[in-house]
This record gives sequence, structure tokens and C-alpha cells, in this order.
Amino acid sequence: MKHLSRYRRHRAAAPLLLIIALLGIGTTFNVASATIKSTPNTFSRSAAIDEGKQIFLKGCSSCHGLNAEGGAIAPSLIGVGAASVDFQVGTGRMPMADMSTQAARKAPVYDARETAALAAYVASLAPGPAIPGDEVLNYERDGNTAEGGELFRNNCAMCHNFAGQGGALTQGKYAPTLMGVEPKYIYEALITGPQSMPVFSDKTLTPEEKLSVIKWIKAAEAEPNLGGATMGRIGPVTEGLLTWVLGLGLLIAVAVWLTTKAR
Amino acid sequence: MTTAEKRLGTVANYVDERTGAAGWMKKSLTKVFPDHWSFMLGEVCMYSFVILLLSGTFLTLWFDPSQREVVYEGVYEPLKGLKMSAAYASTLDISFEVRGGLLMRQIHHWAANIFMAAIVAHLLRVFFTGAFRKPREFNWILGILLVTLGLVEGLFGYSLPDDLLSGTGLRITSAIIQAIPLVGTYISFFLFGGAFPGVGFIPRIFTLHVLLIPGAFLAVITIHVMLVWYQKHTQFPGPGKTEKNVVGQPILPVYMAKAGGFFFIVFGITAFLGAVASINPIWLYGPYNPGQISAGSQPDWYMGWLDGLVRMAPPLETHAFGHTISWNILIPALIVPGILFTGMALYPFIESWITGDKREHHLLDRPRNVPNRTALGVMSITFVLISLINGGNDIFATVFDLSINQIMWFSRIAIFILPPLAFVITKRLCLSLQRADRDLVLHGRETGRLVRMPSGEFVEVHEEITPQERWTLTSHEQQPALELSETDSRGVRRPGGFKNKIRVRLSKAHAVSVPKVTAQELKEIEHH
Repeated sequence: MKHLSRYRRHRAAAPLLLIIALLGIGTTFNVASATIKSTPNTFSRSAAIDEGKQIFLKGCSSCHGLNAEGGAIAPSLIGVGAASVDFQVGTGRMPMADMSTQAARKAPVYDARETAALAAYVASLAPGPAIPGDEVLNYERDGNTAEGGELFRNNCAMCHNFAGQGGALTQGKYAPTLMGVEPKYIYEALITGPQSMPVFSDKTLTPEEKLSVIKWIKAAEAEPNLGGATMGRIGPVTEGLLTWVLGLGLLIAVAVWLTTKAR
Repeated sequence: MTTAEKRLGTVANYVDERTGAAGWMKKSLTKVFPDHWSFMLGEVCMYSFVILLLSGTFLTLWFDPSQREVVYEGVYEPLKGLKMSAAYASTLDISFEVRGGLLMRQIHHWAANIFMAAIVAHLLRVFFTGAFRKPREFNWILGILLVTLGLVEGLFGYSLPDDLLSGTGLRITSAIIQAIPLVGTYISFFLFGGAFPGVGFIPRIFTLHVLLIPGAFLAVITIHVMLVWYQKHTQFPGPGKTEKNVVGQPILPVYMAKAGGFFFIVFGITAFLGAVASINPIWLYGPYNPGQISAGSQPDWYMGWLDGLVRMAPPLETHAFGHTISWNILIPALIVPGILFTGMALYPFIESWITGDKREHHLLDRPRNVPNRTALGVMSITFVLISLINGGNDIFATVFDLSINQIMWFSRIAIFILPPLAFVITKRLCLSLQRADRDLVLHGRETGRLVRMPSGEFVEVHEEITPQERWTLTSHEQQPALELSETDSRGVRRPGGFKNKIRVRLSKAHAVSVPKVTAQELKEIEHH
């Protein structure tokens, strides 16, 4: 150790020790948090329900009631099922940031494990729609794009617009854009009917038809802008704006230039 | 003379001996056109019309104007295997399989939008400068006819592809036709060849869109331009410009070069838009099906204000003797535009009745010098803008996080309050501008340069404006209000007393002005 202690007052010693310490802490944290992440595979159903209940009591019960029975400002959650919780909490709509006209999509407050626990707790209160698994959501295999488009125009376009860009509803409510929404959440919205949206039961739209709709939405999302800049895919309003601002604007600028007297 | 000149002379002589064109050409080619950017708006209309003819002809080569049902087997995957009309399928083919087809479609549609925008801008220029006054009243009416033709032609044009959006527009068109009392349902049946959507409408409007209306356009545009040629172009007031002359460039060579170049610039800008900006992406809308509708279904901008009026109308209906009268459609979609367009067409005659001015006018008004007319114009623009905003109420609601109901209620109230308010504000602004002109003539331009006088006083130096500027600011005439006595020279009461009373009151309102600087006042100033 003597040859090491010779360097203890070296200029590089302090920074080097700091780096070693930081690396140590970082590694320990990474290993520890990795262990936490791996727990959902192992934690049991009843443990999840218990954990979900604790989260519910802390984060949800002030509006939805201590037993999820609902209240003056929030509906009962008994029987809404795991799919509803997964949609509302997973997309960040619940817990609501403010009591405005409609809960907007935002960064989720609870992580995947907590959301799963909440879903398990609410599902334990009464039977309801379950979260669709990956096997159910195989829209690439089970869906048909053209048929999905026709179903979309029949059932969805009147609120969500012809290209799934969203649209206005009454009194400040709106149908949100469907671009960038995960297939799981589209499916869950269809079977649970969040906010102003109606429920599309398996009798209205069969599971295959739901997958076709999802496949069409994904195709619309991936479709390149075939005619150039789209200005939002919301129809002629932006086209008219561009006509006046850019089209006529440029032409008038040229006319002014052409009639300027030479100096 | 060089050889080239000799050769040209021989050719010219050959043509002249056979057509006698030399005399006319000599006169016409030296014809003078005044220069102002706003005089080129009409040219934009004409050039976009030429672009529309060229690109439209291209589209007819592939378009199949039929409502026959076909199964789509083209290249656009998301619609493959769907049943649709041949019109829609052929428009998809033009977009995806005809070389340059999508570009041509987009050029055609952008040109149509620019055509209508330029027509409106041109109309406003003519209105605000008083270019419609005698002897140009007929040409004004022809202009109103062209706007109306343009609205119908545009509606038919974007209805042809038979996509979901255009079908929605036709549904409303049929509803408006049905709202005509008594005969509406019959007319709708005849036009659509049965109950909506029928099978006959698309082929019928195709013939109107590519043959009848463009023919009418060509005829009216020709007369419109020939009248300008014959009556000569108006000019803004200025030194050397009178009611009896035209100051500007002769048509050859400078004006011709500019106008010819401008055509290519208009074509270039339209083609640029067609190349970089998507318009009417019918493949996204899907084929028309009366059971379907999309959120945010709007017509093109020039129809948007009508849509907005219909959207703000409260649900009023009368049922009597087995008939339904839908006031909620009849008033906003037929009666209000009817009044607006009739009023617009008759305006030159109304104004000359009010002012009693029956003289010819070739010098334009500066808008501020006729406050009443300018205010009326701004009032109309305000009316149309509110309607237009309400026409896009669902888009505005989502983009600006508003409630569609609030926008509708705002429009319902604002449509009655804001236009009169705009009238009053504009009139005051015009009078203020007149006052500013008066100050400018009397006291010159403020230079911001402060000078200390020997007495210790600080004064700002005013710079006198040039005689040319002074002329421009003072050459206009300020017509006094009409005075109509209620009795004639023999003391007998004249007929039409009530009418005259209205006329006198309107004339008084029309003649309100800040007195312009007189020669006398200027002389006094010079003595200071």
C-alpha cells in the first residue's frame, strides 16, 4: 500500500476518487432499479390488488370515493373493468389535471406497474372489459386496411375527421387525434367508450373489424404526404388560408414589384 | 433599313393587304395603360382562368364523369376492393397512375382558389376606388356576373370527384334547392334525376363545368376586357392626370413585356403551390356514401361564408298546408346572398341616385375621400369574414381550444353588431385621414428636427411637401349634398316627397367630409 499512499496528495487523486465513487453509486442504483423493474412478473394477483387499492386510496378516492362508488364529480368505477383503467391512467387522462370540459392526453402519472395494480384493483370490484393482450391485438395479421377505412368512415370519421386528425364536439369537448395512439389504447377506447365516445361492443364491431379499423389508422399514420405539405389534413380551411396568404400574397408582391418605377 | 427589317416589312405588308389590320394595330399598340399594382389584380384573374382552361383540359382526358358503380383495383392500397363511382375511381387514377396527373389536379385546384381570391380582390379594388362609376356601370355588373359564375363553377368543380367531402357538399346543395318554397323538391328531383344522390348529377354538372360555364366565362370575360379597352383604364389622381387623358405606358413594348411576364409568374406560383402543397386529397376522404360524414367538412373558401351563415341560423321551420318552409336554410343560403349580390350589382346606380352625380369619371377616388362608400365596403367585408369564421367553427374550436357553441353564439350576435360598428369606425378613420391630409398640405411634414429660436423658443421644423404631392392631396372634388326642395318653382308640392326625403338624408351622409384645403388658404399660408 506504500506505493499507493505516495500518490494520495497527487493532483489527480481527488477527481479520480470522485469518478470512482460516482461510478459505484451509479452501478449500484442501476442494479437496484433493475431488480424493481423485474418484480411485476413475480408479484401475485392478490398482492397487485392490495397495492392497487393503496394507490387508489391515495390518488383516486378523493373524487371516485373510498370504495370506487363514485361521487358528485366522478363516476363509479365498479364494473368499468381493467381496460378502462389501463386506457384512462395509461394515457395520462386520469388522474385529471383540472376539472375542465374534458380530460386531455398527457404524460402518465403512474408507471406501468402502478397502472397494472390499479387496473387489477378496479377489475376485482366487479367484472368488466379486460386489457387486450398482444395475441388479441395482432392487427397486422387479422385486420384488413380497406375494410377498416370503410368502417372508420362509417363509425369514427364524423367525430375524429376523415384522416383521424380529431375534431370538435359540442361545448368545448373534442374527439382527440388518433395519430400516434398505441393500438392497445384504440382497442380499449372502442370497448370502454371513454368520455363522449360511445362503446363499440363486439356486436357493433367484431374484434376483427376493430383490428381492421386499427390497421387503417396505422396506415393513415404511416402514409407519406402524397400531394406535398398537407397543412394538417383537415380539409379546405387551411387550403383557403394558404390561397390568400401565400398565393395571392406572392402575386400582389410581384405586382407591386412590376409596377415600381425605375429609379 | 437592314435585311431583317425589310423582311419583316414584307410579311407585315402581306398580312395588311389581306386583313387591313395595320390601322387598327397602329392605334391599339400605342394604347396607354396606367401603372399601379392594384390594376394587375384583374390580370391575375385572367391568367388563372387561362391556367384553369389548360389544366382542366388535361384532366378531362382521363376523368370519367359517371356515377356507375365500379370496384377499385388501382394502386392505392387503403381503398383497394371498395365499391365506388367511376368518377371517384378515375380521379384516383388521375392522382396516382396518370403521369403528372396529381400535379395537374393540384394546379387546377390551386388556380381555382387563386382565381376566386383574385376576383374578390379585384372587385374590392374597383369598389373602393369608385371605378364602377359612369361610364363603367355595365362592366361592374358583368364583374358581379363573373363572381357568381365563379362560385357555381367552383362548386361544380370540387363536386365532380364524388369523394366523401364533395358528396357532403352536394347533400347541402340539394338541401338548399329543396328549401325553395313549393317548387324546391321538384327542382331537386329534376336536377339529381331522382332522390339524392341519384345517378345523374355528376354527369350533368360535368357538362356544365367543362362546357357551358367556361363558355359563358369566355364570352363575359371578352366583353369585360373589351369594355376596359374601349372605355380606357381608370387612373389614380395625380399631377398631369385628368378626366380627359390616360397617363401610363404604351402597350408595346414595356406594358406587353410586363403583362406577358406576369402571366408566367402567375403560372409559376400556381405550379409551385401545386408541386409543394397538397390540396383536396380525395384519396383520404374516401368514396362518397350518403351514410358517412367527416368532422370538419368545409367547402372551399369562397363558399365558406355561405356555409357559415347556414351554420349560425337558428332552427326555424314553418309547417302549413302540407308544406314545410325551412327558414333556417332559406334565409342564410338563398335570401341573404340574393340580397347581397343584387345590392352589389345595383350599387353604382344606387350611389349615383344618392349623389345625383351623372357625369363620367375616369379618375379614381382615394378611398378616404369617399368615407361612406369605404365604410360600406368594410362593413360588407366584416359581414363576410364573420360568416367565413363561423363556416370553419369546428376547425377554429379545435385549433384554438374554444367551444364550438361559443363561436356560433359569437357569430350570431356579431353578425348584427360588428358590421355596423365597422361602418362607423371606418367612416371616422376616413375622416381622420382626410384631416391628416389637410394638415399635411397646410403645415408640411413633421421632420422631428427641433430648432431653438433666438428668443429661446423651441420649434419643430416642418418640411413643405412637393407641389406634386399637394396636387394629389387636393385635386379631388368634394361634392355637396343634394338639396331637393319639397315644392317646385311654382310652389306646388312635388311628387315623391318621402323618397326625396330619404334621398336627401342619404346624400347628406354621403357628402360628410373634412373640407379640403382651398387655393385661398394655401395662398394665405404662403404669406406667413
